[in-house]
Amino acid sequence: MELIFEISKPGRSASAVAASDVPAVNIEDAIGKKYLRTDLDLPEVAEVDLVRHYTNLSRRNFGVDLGFYPLGSCTMKYNPKVNENVAALPGFTGLHPYADDKSAQGNLQLMYEMQKYLSNIFGMAEFTLQPAAGAHGELTGMMMIKKYFEKKGEKRPAILIPDTAHGTNPASGALCGFEIVTLRSNSEGGVDIDHLKSLMTEKVAGLMLTNPNTLGLFERNIEQVVQIVHGKGGLLYGDGANANAFLSKARPGDLGFDVIQLNLHKTFSTPHGGGGPGSGPVGVSAKLVDYLPIPRIIKTGDGYNWSDKFPDTIGRMRSFYGNFNVIVKAYTYIRSLGAEGLKRATEMAVLNANYIKEKLKPYFDLPYDRVCMHECVFSGKRQVAENGVHTTDIAKKLIDYGYHPPTIYFPLIVPEAIMIEPTETESKETLDAFCEAMIAIAREAKENPDGVKNAPLTTPVSRLDEVLAARKPDVCWKKS
Amino acid sequence: MDYCPHTPDDTAQMQSVVAIASIDELFADIPQKFRLKSVLDIPAALSEQETIATMSSIAGKNKLPQFTLTGAGAYHHFIPAVVGHIIGRAEFYTAYTPYQAEISQGILQAIYEYQTMIAHLTGTEIANASMYDGASAMAEAAVLCAKMSTRTKIIVARSVHPEYRQVVNTYSWANGYTVVEIPYSSSGQIDSNALQNKLDDQVAAVLVQSPNFFGVIEDIAPLVDTAHQKGALLVAGFTDGTSLGILQPAGASGADFVVGEGQSFGNPLNYGGPYLGIFAAREKFMRRIPGRLVGATVDKNGQRGFVLTLQTREQHIRREKATSNICSNEALCALAAGVYLAALGKNLRKLAQLNIYKTQYLKNKLLQLKGWKEIFFAPVYNEFVLCCPDARLVNKKLQSVGIIGGYELNKDYPELENTLLFCATEMLSKDDIDRVVAILK
Repeated sequence: MELIFEISKPGRSASAVAASDVPAVNIEDAIGKKYLRTDLDLPEVAEVDLVRHYTNLSRRNFGVDLGFYPLGSCTMKYNPKVNENVAALPGFTGLHPYADDKSAQGNLQLMYEMQKYLSNIFGMAEFTLQPAAGAHGELTGMMMIKKYFEKKGEKRPAILIPDTAHGTNPASGALCGFEIVTLRSNSEGGVDIDHLKSLMTEKVAGLMLTNPNTLGLFERNIEQVVQIVHGKGGLLYGDGANANAFLSKARPGDLGFDVIQLNLHKTFSTPHGGGGPGSGPVGVSAKLVDYLPIPRIIKTGDGYNWSDKFPDTIGRMRSFYGNFNVIVKAYTYIRSLGAEGLKRATEMAVLNANYIKEKLKPYFDLPYDRVCMHECVFSGKRQVAENGVHTTDIAKKLIDYGYHPPTIYFPLIVPEAIMIEPTETESKETLDAFCEAMIAIAREAKENPDGVKNAPLTTPVSRLDEVLAARKPDVCWKKS
Repeated sequence: MDYCPHTPDDTAQMQSVVAIASIDELFADIPQKFRLKSVLDIPAALSEQETIATMSSIAGKNKLPQFTLTGAGAYHHFIPAVVGHIIGRAEFYTAYTPYQAEISQGILQAIYEYQTMIAHLTGTEIANASMYDGASAMAEAAVLCAKMSTRTKIIVARSVHPEYRQVVNTYSWANGYTVVEIPYSSSGQIDSNALQNKLDDQVAAVLVQSPNFFGVIEDIAPLVDTAHQKGALLVAGFTDGTSLGILQPAGASGADFVVGEGQSFGNPLNYGGPYLGIFAAREKFMRRIPGRLVGATVDKNGQRGFVLTLQTREQHIRREKATSNICSNEALCALAAGVYLAALGKNLRKLAQLNIYKTQYLKNKLLQLKGWKEIFFAPVYNEFVLCCPDARLVNKKLQSVGIIGGYELNKDYPELENTLLFCATEMLSKDDIDRVVAILK
């Protein structure tokens, strides 16, 4: 498809700027010639061509509204339409962030209540809604842990992270100066308790744990893990990427977690937008409340107000208050579902994952064969060994069947990993059809491996040369 | 209302495949003592109709102003109808990060086009797929500069947005870097003598903003020279993105990084978010910058296509050695920005001109009021600072008739008493401005 620059033609425009109702001024006099730019090379297109360009681009994109999207760890559940409608209410979209608090009582109430709901759902003392995404929440959480030990006058330069963790965990730890120490998994896919005991010392700030972990497995020894970490004065950080697995079932705060970061765009149904905007609230136990980012909402008899009078705060993580409009959608979701709805969402998400696990078990290697939570992780190593077909080939072939592929090659401890997260919003028929496709691909891998390796055949482009893209990077178009 | 399609019959059949007698068995790994026995304390479920009523009532508790005279990092601009229609396409907004390039060409190409437009607008060679917001983009640039050197000091102009400075402080503290602030001069620009004095061989980056928080345009080229002479890199922010339609961009003056808030390009005020952080840089930093990057390549048949590229910078490959922990962007906001810029095209310059006309008109009108005066003399774009007899009273009067007044600078600059930062965009009419002046007379 042509680029917007390639359909540009001098003299065209998709906009008309309003005529000025105030006197024009001489720009060179007002600004000074040396501060003015001499070129402005943006596309020039008519409105209809602009709309067709982007509409045609959209037709080359796959979203949840088009079909099943079992991308493990990303919780691609259906994004309810009513959430979009209410978030578009002018009362929510139109307010300037520096509107005085009295004019923003609706927004403040919504954010305050959201913090309360999340605190209740996850059993934490308090929440901040400021982080813009899950990874940003991780960074916020790690900074609070850093501040906690700084205030206590303890030097704890290291943090433990399991080998199953998302790459963001070590990256977030490193971005606030921690030394990363990798913790091994045991044969059941859980934390290796002996290894944890040997690593957890008074020089270690704590453990960053995803529970259920990225194998979709709940940490059975969680009580022991918490005791070991807390026993050495450490803190337990929870990556809430997989929170869809335990709503109304268990609360991280009750388990002993000191910090948990969420992804409203996963667990609470807000759309992923092609990679954002998300929202990454962070909940803390009572120990860490003083370190939350500023500003925070205070409720008084007069209503709600912002306050930055918290001397021990880590400070600010971004401008203003967070991805407010995303928070509106997640709030709407919680209000729509209520406690029972959230419980049912988790139950059906876990049932769906186990259903897929059972149906595909005969056809693909299942390295950890136990009841899974919201996702299941297979290995494609049988297909590699027997047919030379790799997980990436299976993923590409699924595209030809009309599905978005699962997450692949993650977690790293599973060779040729295929990580499937169906979510609760998918019907039995959808899961059956997907499983049939997977089984057909397993069969085709044996009978006609090249047919799998050549996939996809139904897409606007075939497999792309990623090596070339990295070797000769072309990240901005240049006029030839 | 929940969104699960399971009938009781479905659930029964699925349970039998999984070989469980009850759903509870699925949660057997959760130790009994930690299983939640009570019901969550959140309000009862609502039907769609009730949801809309509830949410409308909450939205109704906000008081939307008739118009606003505050910018200060978030700008009220007109958004062409096409923007909402395009980003409202479910193929875009219900997609995830484009990991599977063959079925994500739409968002990948749109981001590649966005990157191209941003690099051009900022006067640099490259731009990433966007960051969380302007403040975190600046903080990440500062951290990157320090990581690329062995230096541990960050210099930031006091004329940079106060919240951006706070975010820079947070990120710097976490990494053990020292932040040194440089005062502004009587022009409203950074005090370049003070900068000279504070620059030493431990400074990794000099952070400025142009237009700066006071609306004042900085003279970037000499600042770049000053920084480079001491081996520091120059990170230039900006306030309102539409200024790039008419002002010489910092990249063209030699800045190493240009970062800032992209909200002005087609994104509503939304009470502060979601916005998008613009992050642009010199080509030589391409393999070090944080964030997603989309690159052009070819498929097996030699056809052009797009992929996420240079991922060896990123956390899912490099883990703790990654250049940042960021693993997403604000894709939909960047899409809105791309559509906006393509819709405006060369008219972005006209729009910027119109902002200047309105700003000059507002400023001149306010200066006719008794006791009002300018305190900075350098040129401005669409924001400016005025000193008046009683700033709080001014805002109170305006607020009582539903107008958001100026931003009171003494919150962040105690020395600037009774000093207001005003903003005028194309959304402000002559009548609005005349009314403001009439109210304040």
